[in-house]
Amino acid sequence: MSIKVEHEVHGRRKNRNYGVLLLLLGFIGIVFGLTVVKVLQLGDARKFETFDHVARPQIVIEEPAE
Amino acid sequence: MSDISVQDSGYEANMGDYFALLKPRVMSLVVFTALVGLLVAPVPVHPFIGFVSILCIAVGAGASGALNMWWDADIDQLMKRTATRPIPSGRVEPGEALGIGLALSGFAVVLLWLATNWLAAFLLAFTIFFYAVVYSMFLKRATPQNIVIGGAAGAFPPMIGWAVATGSVSIESILMFGLIFMWTPPHFWALALFVKSDYGDAGVPMLTETHGRDATRRHVLIYTLLLVPVALGLGVTSIGGPVYMAVAVVMNLWFLKGAIDIYRRDDAACEADKHKVEINVFKVSLYYLFAHFCALLLEAALGQYGLGGW
Repeated sequence: MSIKVEHEVHGRRKNRNYGVLLLLLGFIGIVFGLTVVKVLQLGDARKFETFDHVARPQIVIEEPAE
Repeated sequence: MSDISVQDSGYEANMGDYFALLKPRVMSLVVFTALVGLLVAPVPVHPFIGFVSILCIAVGAGASGALNMWWDADIDQLMKRTATRPIPSGRVEPGEALGIGLALSGFAVVLLWLATNWLAAFLLAFTIFFYAVVYSMFLKRATPQNIVIGGAAGAFPPMIGWAVATGSVSIESILMFGLIFMWTPPHFWALALFVKSDYGDAGVPMLTETHGRDATRRHVLIYTLLLVPVALGLGVTSIGGPVYMAVAVVMNLWFLKGAIDIYRRDDAACEADKHKVEINVFKVSLYYLFAHFCALLLEAALGQYGLGGW
């Protein structure tokens, strides 16, 4: 079953709907970009998993002994 | 079951109408000053985080503009300059402006917090609150000093830009704030002296109408005198330098001369040359702010090559 235009309001609001689409895509881009930048800034990717989780023993970063 | 009712006013608001709610021209000044605040800070910011931060500050400023238009719709329709805004012209419903203003404020503040730090986000939230609530709701219709205190809202962006980079407030960012804060009254009152306003019809107190044009001329001079030490003081901080100082001295002398010229005039002289001096001083005030911030940017750029600063 194909989707059809059911109401003339769809046509009238085309400009607005595409505008909202672009804004949402832009928002996704920003959140994704921020995530990439923040993770890369951590330097060591293991820090990402240990940031707000209890770390698996395999990825615990050992501090150098004093 | 009832269908969704569609109000048919014969016009469907498009994205441009919603964008106009955000006061794009004010936004451009906000973007410029916030960007300078961010770039002159001693801590480098990742370009993408810098871009997102400036976007958040711009959207936050736009959101406060939308809230201002929602609150002021009743007086906007009485004044010629504002009657074509989206709400008074009937293109956007007041409730939509309120919704957009609140939603964008929330998005801008939270995203700035996540992207940078709590201080920058707090300053942005405070700016929105100050403009939409303190200025629009309380000051604007209550006192002819509205522009003086309300000008603080326009002065925060470089301080937010600085906080994005450094996570702190310092003498440099306070003086950048002070520069715009002290500049706003003489800039605006020079405009008020030559634009035939209908603020009075809308019940908004303006200094030219409540205290007269002579008092306004006096105020332009006094506030310009108070502005000079702030502008020069910024030159001796870590973001100033010889280039900034040279620009500041020239621009302050120019602006001060204009303020004195205005002070010496009376209504007859204004009518005789069709406000030539006032129009000129208003233009100088625009160059004034632009030149100061460009000079700060230049100092920061020269600093990359070890040439900026003292």
